[in-house]
Amino acid sequence: MRIKSQVAMVMHLDKCIGCHTCSVTCKNTWTNRPGTEYMWFNNVETRPGQGYPKRWEDSDHYKGGWVLKNGKLQLKAGGPISKLLNIFYNPDLANMEDYYEPWTYDYQNLIESPKRENLPVGRPQSMITGKYIDKPEWGPNWDDDLAGGSDVVSQDPSVEKLQEHISMEYEKTFMMYLPRICEHCLNPPCVASCPSGALYKRDEDGIVLVDQEECRGWRFCMSGCPYHKVYYNWNTHKAEKCNFCYPRTEAGLPTICSETCVGKIRYIGVVLYDADKVKAAASVEDPKDLYEAQLSVFLDPFDPEVIEEARKAGINDEWIEGAQNSPVYKMAMKWKIALPLHPEYRTLPMVWYVPPLSPIMNHITNEDELNTDGYIPAVDQMRIPMEYLASILSAGDTDVIRKVLLKLTAMRVHMRGKTVGGIDEFRQTKLVKEANITPEEIEDMARLLGVSKYNERFVIPTGRREMDDDLYYKQGACSIEDLAPPEGMVTYPFGKGD
Amino acid sequence: MKKTKNKLLDSLMHIKQGERINKEWTEESPRPRAWEDMYRRRWQHDKVVRSTHGVNCTGSCSWKIYVKDGIITSETQQTDYPSTGDDFPEYEPRGCPRGASFSWYTYSPIRVKYPYIRSDLYELWKQERENGRDPVEAWEIIVSDPDKRAQYVNARGKGGFVRATWREMCEIIASSSIHTIKNYGPDRIAGFSPIPAMSMVSYAAGTRFLSLIGGTILSFYDWYADLPPASPQVWGEQTDVPESADWYNSKYFIIWGTNLPQTRTPDAHFMVEARYNGTKVVGVSPDYAEYEKFADIWLPAKAGTDGALAMAMTHVILKEFYVNKDTPYFTSYVKKYTDLPFLVTIDEKDGEYRSGRFLRASDLNDSHDLAEWKTVVWDTTTKQWEVPNGSQGFRWDKGSKWNLKLKREDGTWIDPALSFIDQSDETVLVNFPYFAEETGNVVERGVPVKHFQDKNGNTIKVTTVYDLMMAHTGVNRNLPGDYPSDYDDLKPYTPAWQESITGVHKNHVIKVAKEFADNAERTKGKSMIAMGGGTNHWYHSDQIYRAILNLVLLTGSQGVNGGGWAHYVGQEKVRPQEGWQQVAFANDWQKPQRLQNATSYFYFHTDQYRYETKLNQEGAPWKSKYNVMHPADMNALAARLGWLPSYPQFTQNSIDIVKDSRERGAETEQEIIDDVVKQLKGDKLEWAIENPDHPHNFPRVFFNWRSNLLGDSGKGHEFFVKHLVGGDNQVLAEPENSWQPSDVKTYGDEVPTGKADLLVSVDFRMTSSGLFSDIVLPTATWYEKFDISSTDMHPFIHPFNAAINPPWEAKSDWNTFREISKVFSELAEKHLPATEDLVISPLAHDSEGEVAQVFGKIKDWRKGEVEAIPGKTIPSMKIVKRDYPNIYQKWSTIGEEIKKGYGGKGVKIPGEDVYQELGSRLGKSKRDGIGKGHPDLYTDKQAINAILLMSGASNGKRAVAGWKSLEAKTGQKLEEISKAREEEDYTLDALTAQPRTAISTPVWSGMEKDNRRYSPFTVNTEYNIPWRTLTGRQSFYLDHEMMLDFGEGLPLYLPPLHYGPFLKNEKGVEEDGQSLTVRYLTPHQKWGIHTMFTDTTNMSTLFRGWQVLWMNEEDAKSIGIKDNDFVEVYNRNGAIAARAVLTYRIPRGMIYMYHAQDRTLGVPATSINKKRGGTHNSVTRVTLKPTHMIGGYSQLSYGFNYYGPTGHQRDTIAVIRKLKEVDWLEN
Repeated sequence: MRIKSQVAMVMHLDKCIGCHTCSVTCKNTWTNRPGTEYMWFNNVETRPGQGYPKRWEDSDHYKGGWVLKNGKLQLKAGGPISKLLNIFYNPDLANMEDYYEPWTYDYQNLIESPKRENLPVGRPQSMITGKYIDKPEWGPNWDDDLAGGSDVVSQDPSVEKLQEHISMEYEKTFMMYLPRICEHCLNPPCVASCPSGALYKRDEDGIVLVDQEECRGWRFCMSGCPYHKVYYNWNTHKAEKCNFCYPRTEAGLPTICSETCVGKIRYIGVVLYDADKVKAAASVEDPKDLYEAQLSVFLDPFDPEVIEEARKAGINDEWIEGAQNSPVYKMAMKWKIALPLHPEYRTLPMVWYVPPLSPIMNHITNEDELNTDGYIPAVDQMRIPMEYLASILSAGDTDVIRKVLLKLTAMRVHMRGKTVGGIDEFRQTKLVKEANITPEEIEDMARLLGVSKYNERFVIPTGRREMDDDLYYKQGACSIEDLAPPEGMVTYPFGKGD
Repeated sequence: MKKTKNKLLDSLMHIKQGERINKEWTEESPRPRAWEDMYRRRWQHDKVVRSTHGVNCTGSCSWKIYVKDGIITSETQQTDYPSTGDDFPEYEPRGCPRGASFSWYTYSPIRVKYPYIRSDLYELWKQERENGRDPVEAWEIIVSDPDKRAQYVNARGKGGFVRATWREMCEIIASSSIHTIKNYGPDRIAGFSPIPAMSMVSYAAGTRFLSLIGGTILSFYDWYADLPPASPQVWGEQTDVPESADWYNSKYFIIWGTNLPQTRTPDAHFMVEARYNGTKVVGVSPDYAEYEKFADIWLPAKAGTDGALAMAMTHVILKEFYVNKDTPYFTSYVKKYTDLPFLVTIDEKDGEYRSGRFLRASDLNDSHDLAEWKTVVWDTTTKQWEVPNGSQGFRWDKGSKWNLKLKREDGTWIDPALSFIDQSDETVLVNFPYFAEETGNVVERGVPVKHFQDKNGNTIKVTTVYDLMMAHTGVNRNLPGDYPSDYDDLKPYTPAWQESITGVHKNHVIKVAKEFADNAERTKGKSMIAMGGGTNHWYHSDQIYRAILNLVLLTGSQGVNGGGWAHYVGQEKVRPQEGWQQVAFANDWQKPQRLQNATSYFYFHTDQYRYETKLNQEGAPWKSKYNVMHPADMNALAARLGWLPSYPQFTQNSIDIVKDSRERGAETEQEIIDDVVKQLKGDKLEWAIENPDHPHNFPRVFFNWRSNLLGDSGKGHEFFVKHLVGGDNQVLAEPENSWQPSDVKTYGDEVPTGKADLLVSVDFRMTSSGLFSDIVLPTATWYEKFDISSTDMHPFIHPFNAAINPPWEAKSDWNTFREISKVFSELAEKHLPATEDLVISPLAHDSEGEVAQVFGKIKDWRKGEVEAIPGKTIPSMKIVKRDYPNIYQKWSTIGEEIKKGYGGKGVKIPGEDVYQELGSRLGKSKRDGIGKGHPDLYTDKQAINAILLMSGASNGKRAVAGWKSLEAKTGQKLEEISKAREEEDYTLDALTAQPRTAISTPVWSGMEKDNRRYSPFTVNTEYNIPWRTLTGRQSFYLDHEMMLDFGEGLPLYLPPLHYGPFLKNEKGVEEDGQSLTVRYLTPHQKWGIHTMFTDTTNMSTLFRGWQVLWMNEEDAKSIGIKDNDFVEVYNRNGAIAARAVLTYRIPRGMIYMYHAQDRTLGVPATSINKKRGGTHNSVTRVTLKPTHMIGGYSQLSYGFNYYGPTGHQRDTIAVIRKLKEVDWLEN
């Protein structure tokens, strides 16, 4: 057992209102400068839809993530040799058409226009060429709320995969939102793809970063990441990606996207896992087993043996307690309502998703069919096809999705029974039983999902900076090290400095 | 890992092999990580400042503004709201992506950094000034010379701005104002600024100036069509709604035409979270709107048919919960809190019966004061006619029985009969109107009546409102008449009937109606309906809303936490209202002000009334007298009967009118008024509204601040541009083919264009309003000034704080109007000495004006039907002294009128102590002049603290004083409501430390007491305070003559209007067969900061840039439009160029052009006349619904932003087709 701790996230898709506040606050903080125009460390996709970049889930095309070849785990894009062959031309990269050509407007013309015949206007301009364009042709959220209609939706790789054709018509419309950041995977292919060794996963909190001093701009991380969450800065010629706001999490603050999430869909907490089990978990044969295999990597933070080992590994009690109170642990591991994004990529992603409920289909008009039990609709009548959710969150296993939706429905029925009454007790009990959850767990769940107080959504111990041995020095010198480099620390009497 | 001394070594560290773990799969590398400081430094900042967004979304969110290196870098939401309780979701983090992108404006290229003026005007001005003219003379010369005037008016909207100094700008504004006052009257100066709650002090800055000079202040809530006229009609309340956290208390939540995730982004989570607590959510919308994602069932009612759906649900609830069984909670609720048990006469005319007016105490006997205003019930215990407390007469008589207690003098209880079905004297077949079909119909249904002997011995047939409702909605109680047999019968208003109109399956309607009521019965009223723009922005919005409100009233859900209506569109709540009103309207110095309903104002002054379309209802079987009048004539009638305000008042200058009267020998105020009435009756004075195109009646100076009137809210945009502005426009309608009024004159041969002499915009960004203005003044953003904001979405009051001082030459709105008033006063010394001004005002709600016109009978003094009496049958009149050289002194200090007490909504707060406290808190003015020694109002911070100190919501002593004043009238114990918080006293600094919860005051109908969630009308249901209506109860029935004439006495379904796209004889536009005629809707957008701020690159990038519209993909295919193609949309009102967004999410036959994208970015020319494509309002136009004009009658009395015709825009039909060629007009 080799225990590591990771700060992980759950996004509760049922709560997502699709507002994109997360994207904006993230962008303002991290990617609001020349070279980063098209970088959305956080983006939100309307589903069904193509996502950002276009059809990023088409891994046959982009060749991101891992595959199992002859029982051996390897990068889908190939090993070091094929990489070397393609080092000056990477055929798997998404290009500007897959992202978009960033645009702005000629705002100044509104104020500075000389006297002329017509009302001044700010014409659209490409931020790449600086030239006027008639209109933008694609963007990071071009298909918001099913914009583009069936032409766009039919290009969704998960829609293509569906056994049963979904009908893209008014009466049968459904949609959901999928916010995405870097998955900070346990088995990150971006790290493995980098020829320069510039990417790494931080030991203490699992955050995956691109070393801005070491990156040489080869861009294999971009295509190696099946989630397309590493970007290339054309100004610095280096890759950049979501850094899980480590400057904030180190201070015990949630990431910007989480702090500002108005739907309160995001939860952050610590999980403990056994690093020695990662490879095996990523290497199980059947993709449908990957979800359970990933779960087996996590450790019970209440288990005395785990606690003992964690302490030995330098994980302090606050982090262990953090893992015990972790909302991520509760949702992903204990109640099993949060699922990994595309487990079939074998990345063991660490951003987890609770699948959404949806309205019943309108063609159901028989009263008895409408409800599970007094008021709350039945899982099997909902609009979003389970197969579609399974294609995104469980490598196609609809049983996994159904179990989660049953739990959420049972919670609503139970809570209605408790707060209003009028629900057939026998049917309520039956439903709760079918959902395989206790009333006590249901009520805990209702509190975390419904009342969702700030301190319960975010349980983040502060960074273990004491592992840095220069704190005594840094207290006074941090940020102005250039004025007082540690080399000058000769006068410290107790052998500080080198 | 530790950093070494050697940088080269550091850089090679990552090559060093670390320990391999995880079956050799993973390496533990000791690499250096010092570079990580790079991102840490980005996050570090100098300071965090609490501010908020002064935007009309009414979100009022508290934000952290980050300042780094002295620059505003970004913002994130504050999370420190006072808790809602241990087991309740909190308000954090309030804010949305639009708000989060606001900091972009601070340094953006669209920022107005300096004062700008159009070069044509500036050159004319400089020329006169260099010739030695003083400013007022210079202005006079420019505007008096038709060529000079035309030179700069014609240049509007065509670029050519140049910089000038603040001083010059103030001189031009002041000179034009002085010139206008002298030549035409002060009411020709007008200002438009919406939603004070979003930044109260910035609003007050301009309105205080306009109030003092006698200018016209325009309303916004009715103009935006966000005002639901049903609210005053039903409750006598402008709008009062639950705070969003109260949604969590609801157990059955219908979302009906208000897109909560998209438009109430910071609040939506309460609805989402309620679902986990067992709440069922139902969505009603024509498209698969964002909120349907959260619904358990979607009812896809066709656009504009919501009234039909609601009427069918009303039918089901009455049938299941009132007829098929007795529901004690419901019946006791409606008896006590609604007008259902009140008695109405059944009147016979030509052998047919219709419902008439409410029976009054005056019919009974002569023992009551104001007996014509006291309504009557039948007591089932004593079998007697009873006059219960609480009706309108009790409010204005001298007693203290204005309360809801159903108690007689002797202490015994009244049990009013809901129905006469078991105790009728006869059953009468009564006619009910039915308008669902093109031609309309009349339905005859049996109603049980009793015979009433009036005091003169006449027998009158009377019934209850309840029995009328049963008959009208077609609930079969085995009475004779044309009743439907069951739910499947297609007669009105059954579930099957509605399915034929709305397209919603009848079983779904039956189920939802039953569940809604069952839930309310189980929870004692925790059934809620969120409603908004989708249901409200229609010509017949009042009827749509009344039909929906049936559901919450009949289920006892109103006035209950977690229940009732939740109207969210443009509603607002200036929580510290009493104090704010004093500052904003200068009541501390003088009153009344000229508060004008903007819809009428713009209807006339942008000449939309010259392009009217006939409703063609003359042939309808429900014959009526007023329904066939031209809306302009109707509005003129409303003005002269004192129903609606009307500024400018008279073609004659209101200052000259007083002078002339004095010359004729009038001395006292009364004598002058008598003289004016005489002049009016003799037609010596002309009502300006009856000759609006007379040059004397043009709006001469127009201020636009905190608003983008021309790019955003100006319905009938092209008419604004043509007639008010005089710019290039795309009006395609022809007055000669339109319906013209008869009483209102159409002056001259041509409809005048370019009426305004000076258009001033105050903004921090360049919008369409700025582009068409003569002067654009640079204002401070929300992160650069001090102000306060509140909302009804939550109970807190939020401060604005300057994170940086206004950069470049920007000034806060407060300082801007202070500078203008200063220069105005300086110039007035010479040109405009103190004088007297005759101010007329309509019969006001919450004043005795609401008991002016008995029985709601329409009596025109001009036709001799009644004597002309100011304040009764014509507007009130008052002489106001205008001390023009002292405007600045008054503007910048607080006047002593406060000492006499002040208040709002009939609540009075004693003022002596308040005035003393103001002096200590604000300091006293040391500036020489009449204001010296008065509490000082020089800075925005002083204005904030003045408002907070004077208002109950922010000062416990004021709250308690307010409740005490209401105790006297109601005879109820009320002080306890805010007693526990009497010591609380908020200041700007206190609000900056942490948001504070408002204190409960009688200005509002809900309570924040004991940290409960605000829910409207809980004060009424829990403390027996009447609603401010005729019966004192929530009203199903409206008995005003005009209402009955229109057939709208009871809630019913009226289909959307179907105008256009062109009139029969109009030229129109040549078609090539590749176009579609569709319903054109302008719902709230997703990618702009509420209705205004769409410009940011983030918002543009996160969708498709500007400007776009949505349409059904099948429709698009049928006329060759592909996704992202340029299209044009047009009708007689104008033309738009945009790009098409195709989808299957919205049904065929309609297009969505999201509201207020403006047209400043990415808009080419249309092919129709090669002009720049317009705004979303270029194809809309307003027409006025006459029933909204009623006044002088209880709750149907005028109030500023309270009642009046709405500027609805949903009843629009337009043509769409592909725009074949993209022309940017780069000439």
